[in-house]
Amino acid sequence: MKLTKTLLASTALTVAGASAFADGHMANEMTIVSWGGAYSKSQQLAYHDPYMEKTGVSIINDESSAEAVSKLRAMNEAGNVTWDVVDVVAADALRLCDEGLAMEIDADEVLANGDDGSTATEDFGELLVGDCFIPQIVYSTTFGYRTDMVGDTPPTDVCAVFDTETYPGKRALEKRSINNMEWALICDGVAKDEVYDVLETEEGQQQALDKLATIKDDVIWWSAGADTPQLLADGEIVMGSTYNGRLFSVIEEQNQPVAMLWDAQIFDLDGWIIPTGLSPERQARALDYVRFATDTQRLADQAKYISYGPARKSSAPLVGQHAELGIEMAPHMPTDPENAKNTFLYNYEFWADYRDDIEAKFQAWLAQ
Amino acid sequence: MAKRSTISKSAPWIGAAVLAVLGLVTAGPAYAILGALSGFVIGWLVFWIAERRYRDAVPSYYTAGQTLWHYAFRVICGGIFVFLITPILVVMPLSFNAEDFFTFTPEMLAFDPEGYSLKHYRDFFSNSDWQNAVRNSIQIAPMATLLSVSFGTLAAIGLSQPHVPFRRAIMAILISPMIVPLIISAAGMYFFYSRIGLQGTYLGVVLAHAALGIPFVIITVTATLVGFDNSLTRAAANMGASPVRTFFKVQMPLILPGVISGGLFAFITSFDEVVVVLFVGSAGQKTLPWQMFTGLREQISPTILAVATLLVVISVLLLMTLELLRRRSERLRGMSPG
Repeated sequence: MKLTKTLLASTALTVAGASAFADGHMANEMTIVSWGGAYSKSQQLAYHDPYMEKTGVSIINDESSAEAVSKLRAMNEAGNVTWDVVDVVAADALRLCDEGLAMEIDADEVLANGDDGSTATEDFGELLVGDCFIPQIVYSTTFGYRTDMVGDTPPTDVCAVFDTETYPGKRALEKRSINNMEWALICDGVAKDEVYDVLETEEGQQQALDKLATIKDDVIWWSAGADTPQLLADGEIVMGSTYNGRLFSVIEEQNQPVAMLWDAQIFDLDGWIIPTGLSPERQARALDYVRFATDTQRLADQAKYISYGPARKSSAPLVGQHAELGIEMAPHMPTDPENAKNTFLYNYEFWADYRDDIEAKFQAWLAQ
Repeated sequence: MAKRSTISKSAPWIGAAVLAVLGLVTAGPAYAILGALSGFVIGWLVFWIAERRYRDAVPSYYTAGQTLWHYAFRVICGGIFVFLITPILVVMPLSFNAEDFFTFTPEMLAFDPEGYSLKHYRDFFSNSDWQNAVRNSIQIAPMATLLSVSFGTLAAIGLSQPHVPFRRAIMAILISPMIVPLIISAAGMYFFYSRIGLQGTYLGVVLAHAALGIPFVIITVTATLVGFDNSLTRAAANMGASPVRTFFKVQMPLILPGVISGGLFAFITSFDEVVVVLFVGSAGQKTLPWQMFTGLREQISPTILAVATLLVVISVLLLMTLELLRRRSERLRGMSPG
């Protein structure tokens, strides 16, 4: 009896102590979730460092954006949300918003006006997709190739990826259906504005998979943004798709013999969401951070460190030179007119409706 | 042992020189070294076989089959050794890479000093993410070890008393963290700790790691207790020592080797663990393995290799110190070092 009492008392004490510890621990820290690598570094320099200096809050980085949706679901289920601000792609933001895991944002109320006096809604324009998403950058998924492995005729057309005769060697493609299906159809003779009409149909999906099957033996499938740069630097592949900022880093910062193939690059958006279920103080701080980090100057600052286009129109004129290399950043932006001759905007509605279906088919095809 | 001719003595060096020059001319300095090594081995091997010197090491009554097996056995052992050690060794030169990739660059292969740099080591020591991870690991692992050793030893002593009811069932429950797939324990701990406010706290991670370490301590201590003579504790009690005093003065010194090796396992478990900490910890408790894991996935940076090299060096030093201490204490006790 005495033993039981002691045990119960000590357990209660431990739990009480632990929760006191937990509360004290959260006081002046915020956890910001992002993608890691060069991207997190650019955010650290452009947003986190000045914000910490301004407010004295200390920011902890968690590189979990890749599994943000599942982790937020688990946190919500456990009633214990430990993240304050989360960096996700627009498609994930839409899913989180639909599930009630991300807070709805009134852009004009929460976000700062542009430097040119425009309201946030005008400044971000059509990039404000969904009710919860706070856009940060425009990036593109595009191809890079080894300049020393393509002979005298460097590729200028995305269909070079499917041309193993002219450009023999391995290619790296992302291990998912999105983007690959579009490229496959374009290179199978489907007109650009009909791609999604074709992809809606069973035959269209099969057509895309059949086109991918012609190079299946030559493909290395990647799942992390760092894979393709590593494979290109190794000379393991002749060309591969990845985010344009990663390729910029390989070409300009690491001086590897790699060049961009901007043709048929696919634009996508990346930005912030604030999870639901935060305490009022944490929510207020998260909102304050987001307001700070997405103002005109801050968004332009990020472009000093990585070649992603700022989401605000008012930031574009402020984009200057790379912080360390001193080269002009504008020609490296995916949105630069030279690079954006032939582009695609990731079709949110289409993929929201067809993603599960096509992805299942694609993965089954991969496993064959 | 047969007298060796001059030619057979110099053959390895001749082979080394020939292949080194060949390697240097055709491929570069790195291949010259490779050529020298393989030339030495080939030159030695040719005469070793031609002069039947392989007979020297085995008793003269061995049949051809037995001789073959004698050497085959050694080759297999060597092969296993190479298989185990190569992945650890190959990362070491790569950690001095001047590029930000896991690649042997042409400069490195040419032994050009330009191809090498300490920048990944500098990055490790100056990057706050890595430094935080080191600090967290150093704060978590010893606390978790202390808890596992205390609880594990107590549990092992209790469970080795014959009069304890349900001994096997209790033992099975305590050892289950070792048997249940880690991901299951981790998910369970995540939801349980979230409810009681331990998820994402230092204490939570320490407790989770302690739970993982306890089975190792129980197993090693139980094993040493098998050889423990219980009449010693009775003798101590007979002389008026309290149970606590008996434990620290009589029992503990005798089972200490089991406790220490259990503690070592518990420490390594906590220090190497990545699955549970990903669930139970939050970014504030990012440990070294966690940082290495995200580093590998998001940014294939050779800083990871620099960290791996440092960890290998530290482990080797640690094991050497332990071994030296062991020999010293054996010498002091008048035993010959084993």
